Amino acid sequence: MSELLKVTHLHKEFGKNVVLKDINLTVKKGEVVVIIGPSGCGKSTFLRCLNGLEELQDGVITVDGLPVEANKREITKLRQKIGMVFQSYELFPHMSVLDNIILAPLKVQRRNKEEAVREATELLDKVGLLDKKDYFPRQLSGGQKQRVAIVRALLMHPDILLFDEVTAALDPEMVHEVLETMLALARSGSTMLIVTHEMAFAKAVADRIVFIDKGEIVEETTDVADFFKEPSTPRAKKFLSTFTYE
Amino acid sequence: MDKETLVSYIPLYRDALLLTLKIGWQGILFSFVIGLIGAAITHFKVKVLKTIVGIYIELFRNTPLLVQLFFIYFALPKVGVKITAEACGVLGLGLLGGAYMIETFRSGLESIPIIQTESSYSLGMSKLQTFWYIILPQAVSISVPGLLANVIFLLKETSVFSTISLMDLMFTAKDLIGMYAKTIECLFLLVVFYLIMLLPVSIIGALIERRLRYAGFGD
Repeated sequence: MSELLKVTHLHKEFGKNVVLKDINLTVKKGEVVVIIGPSGCGKSTFLRCLNGLEELQDGVITVDGLPVEANKREITKLRQKIGMVFQSYELFPHMSVLDNIILAPLKVQRRNKEEAVREATELLDKVGLLDKKDYFPRQLSGGQKQRVAIVRALLMHPDILLFDEVTAALDPEMVHEVLETMLALARSGSTMLIVTHEMAFAKAVADRIVFIDKGEIVEETTDVADFFKEPSTPRAKKFLSTFTYE
Repeated sequence: MDKETLVSYIPLYRDALLLTLKIGWQGILFSFVIGLIGAAITHFKVKVLKTIVGIYIELFRNTPLLVQLFFIYFALPKVGVKITAEACGVLGLGLLGGAYMIETFRSGLESIPIIQTESSYSLGMSKLQTFWYIILPQAVSISVPGLLANVIFLLKETSVFSTISLMDLMFTAKDLIGMYAKTIECLFLLVVFYLIMLLPVSIIGALIERRLRYAGFGD
């Protein structure tokens, strides 16, 4: 499998506050990588770096061999290869569901409208929201909004999808519907990088687990089941123990 | 009050109202254009232009319209720029209003959370596309109450046009009082005609605001 995303020696700080230090990570095509770690460990900042929403102090990020650099003209081209789904959905409130989804394909990729609408309709149908296509975001539940946000990212045909704690703002019964959608995506061969606190989901979906603490990768493994049973670092052990009540 | 006098003055006031509206709306339209362009410049933090916009705002918000009009009408011809009284009214109102409109649009733009911009960027949208399709439409609908307040304020400010001998409502009233001394009738008609001009704006404004509130964006 070919390398799709390559991060080398990434260093990020806000003023004097070092958020990420010497992060190295490679994601292959079709791989599902789940990033876990305590709040404030830098996982969200890491995702934001990956699509050029943050400037780096050091290091190189490449997607498909092309460097990701914030504030460069080429960044808009690169971002089309990198889909991102936010914790707070960030649908555009003044547009209908369908318009939210087809806006970027039409304006950025200059795709044919009929074709974009057709694909949007298919995808909405797949996530069970076809009947909501003319609704406005405020008329949808959190879970529905998040599924629309996922469809919106998908319609751009990105090479890799980033998920930033996409279920963290949802009521428990809505978490499931969003995770189901993501699981289906993973099984269809999408390349995904997921930041989440849903450990059961992480276990089910991940090809590889990356555990970040205090801005650095502490543990990285493809033995996902083993990691959750018996992590090899004490910091990961301590973190995982916060999810049980024994 | 003398009914006959009132009735006989009405056509004069009507003409004055039409003139006031004509100049008023042109000036307000002009101020909207300045407001949008100025707000966009501040939003994108365009070098140099951003400073010019800042100076412009302070200059026009902190001097009376009367002084600005005198400047345009009496001082500009001295340096060779001739301008009709009507154009002077439109220009003065537009420039004054523009300063207020920029501030109103700007506060609307600032109220849109930055993550909306990031969400748009993450879809590959450019800065300009993000501004045009995502931020501006939301900002404008949030700005509506402030924009309407500006419109009413500017329409009332037209009363100083009388000083550059534009035959607006104020001019007509002063003129008639000076000639026939029917002060009560003239002032009564003056109030009535300002209300005729402004009440519909206020009422339509209130309706739009209520619609926007019920439509209420956001989550």
